[in-house]
Amino acid sequence: MYQVGNFVKKLSNKHGRERESLMPILQAIVQKHNYLTDEAMVEVARELDISAAEVYGTASFYTFLDTQVKGKYIIRVCKTITCSMKGKSDIIHILEDMLKIKVGETTSDKQFSLIETNCIGWCHKAPAILINEMPYTELTPEKVSAIIKDYMHK
Amino acid sequence: MINLRINDQKVSVQEGTTVLAASKKLKINIPTLCNHDDLCVAGNCRVCLVEQKGARTLIASCATPAAEGMEIHTNTLKVRNARKHIVELLLSEHRSDCTKCYKNQNCELQSLANDFAFGDHVFLDLVEDKKYNIDRSSPSFIKDDSKCIRCQRCVRTCSELQYVSAISVANKGAHQKISSFHDRPMSQVVCTNCGQCVNRCPTGALVEKTYIDQVWDAIYDPEKHVVVQTAPAVRVALGEDLGYDPGERVTGKMVNALRQLGFNSVLDTDFSADLTIMEEGTELLVRLKKALVDGDKSISLPMFTSCSPGWIKFIEHKYPEFLPNLSTCKSPQQMFGALAKTFYAKKRNIDPSKIVSVSVMPCTAKKFEADRPEMRSSGFKDVDFVLTTRELAVMIKQAGIDFRNVEEAGYDTIMGDSTGAAVIFGATGGVMEAALRTAYEIVTGREVPFGNLNITPVRGMDGVKEATIKIEGCVNAWKFLEGVELKVAIAHGLVNANKIMKMTREGKAPYHFVEIMACPGGCIGGGGQPIPTNMEIRKKRMKAIYSEDEHKLLRKSHENPDVIAIYKEFLDQPNSHKSHELLHTHYVERDNF
Repeated sequence: MYQVGNFVKKLSNKHGRERESLMPILQAIVQKHNYLTDEAMVEVARELDISAAEVYGTASFYTFLDTQVKGKYIIRVCKTITCSMKGKSDIIHILEDMLKIKVGETTSDKQFSLIETNCIGWCHKAPAILINEMPYTELTPEKVSAIIKDYMHK
Repeated sequence: MINLRINDQKVSVQEGTTVLAASKKLKINIPTLCNHDDLCVAGNCRVCLVEQKGARTLIASCATPAAEGMEIHTNTLKVRNARKHIVELLLSEHRSDCTKCYKNQNCELQSLANDFAFGDHVFLDLVEDKKYNIDRSSPSFIKDDSKCIRCQRCVRTCSELQYVSAISVANKGAHQKISSFHDRPMSQVVCTNCGQCVNRCPTGALVEKTYIDQVWDAIYDPEKHVVVQTAPAVRVALGEDLGYDPGERVTGKMVNALRQLGFNSVLDTDFSADLTIMEEGTELLVRLKKALVDGDKSISLPMFTSCSPGWIKFIEHKYPEFLPNLSTCKSPQQMFGALAKTFYAKKRNIDPSKIVSVSVMPCTAKKFEADRPEMRSSGFKDVDFVLTTRELAVMIKQAGIDFRNVEEAGYDTIMGDSTGAAVIFGATGGVMEAALRTAYEIVTGREVPFGNLNITPVRGMDGVKEATIKIEGCVNAWKFLEGVELKVAIAHGLVNANKIMKMTREGKAPYHFVEIMACPGGCIGGGGQPIPTNMEIRKKRMKAIYSEDEHKLLRKSHENPDVIAIYKEFLDQPNSHKSHELLHTHYVERDNF
């Protein structure tokens, strides 16, 4: 476990302690640690002198600010219409098969989380997924298999 | 001034006035839900939509400032249909089990639905799909998300009036809900149980946890001796729920009605409020002596009052380093409870295990306070059940009592006597005034130097009030206070309490004694008081409190004959060993989320 207090303090020194500093601080925590622990949200609330419920309210509004345990690699499969028509379900199947988890779940070794997401703007190269912040497009089950194998060996 | 026309009538209003307020000036009624006089504009329920000539869409009248030359229509077909659909959509997500709802007949959504006289469902009923959560974890209130319309009055109340924000808006769209920190049970978050949100909820989503049935069971149990105590602020507000205008004093009728309900003894929290003054006043003087004369550095000043359980929980969560500054005195409710099952039981020769002690409070936090593990000094739960003013009104209605025609009556003896000093506990500044009336007299042997004992600088609705009283002509025992300028401050509403606490933390609070009440206006504006409560109503209740004080023969706590007697017969003297056992308490640090 990282020293959440120090990390949040450092981020608050960098981004400020105003109400509008909340988003960049939360984003920075998620970027580094994948999701927001309760402990981290309480620390942010303390630094910014706002309530923890408000921090949670803001975090829960944004899909990309997770408040549940997530793996090191968060795979987001676009579920919107273009990707759906271009074979999204095949992508989901191969991912579920390889990772042995269902959509919404995290592998027991906390390496991978599999979730669906709304449009990520790659309709012209559907179907698409995001792994953390990296988009992968024009996918086929074979391509996905190779990509995931890569991540498994990282 | 801004000139506009509403429904073809001319009106002039100050700049910044909303269209809604301008309409009110013309006595044109526009329905609202999320709007509340105590809170900032939200504009999220959309029920107050009106048509503005030349505007592309309907506008929310609560959130639109009046502008020069505006032409507003509040009752066009377009407006009517839009409002109707909005209410229907709200109802499609609202569990409409109205006849079984605690807020039945006292619900703003129900009343709107009634106005529109809906026949059949137009929209699908989504309630069953929503998997709503009902949180019964707090001893003070129930949060039922299936009744929530997400108007966010509670969120604004908790943030703007109380600086707590125990609840916030979480998630978005169809999943939006009012949530505590990470959906924790309300009993496990920073919530102070003040009930201000309950008082402002337009539906049954936030209601007090009621103990009416338990109290009826006790009353009908022939084995039990049921005593009831009534808080000062109840008598100036109860009438509102029973057909009277705000500001009517119904003390005598209330006492008689309680007797008719079947309580074995009707007693007064005002008695223990007077007792609180004796204990707390003495505690303050002792602290001052230790700090000023003995130079004892361990003495914490300013001393904060401890009557308001919402405030106590606030400081336990948010400023635990200042817990030593709190007076160790229990609140009047709990002092009464501890004495009911000891002193009173002995006097009346009743087995304390057979006594059921009930209190009627303007407060929901009192329910939590009575449940605290510290509050069992009598060897039993000192106060068994706490009812709000609203719950007492329900019981009076259930019993079929014609309240208007009830004869006035007086309290029973033994812990039934009180003074005007105790009555004013119900208004912000009241505890301070009562304490000063007594402390000043103890120290100088003279009455406080204010006309007719009315210490006006500590009265009124300012959020933070300050006063300085120079102590002159001390009697021998208190000579060390000669010439001391006693600095006091008063805050009501936790947002104002927070201002004082911030100053204290920064070392900028020059006070000796600070009174803090969790609710705006003090207990008269408590979370358990009749709905609606707003500034106008709070002022009327406050006026009634001071008038009750003026009508009392005795107006200083130390002159209360029951108080004098209890020290003589039972407690010995203020802050005695016995007092500490029964009337004082301690506090615990809590998490700040």
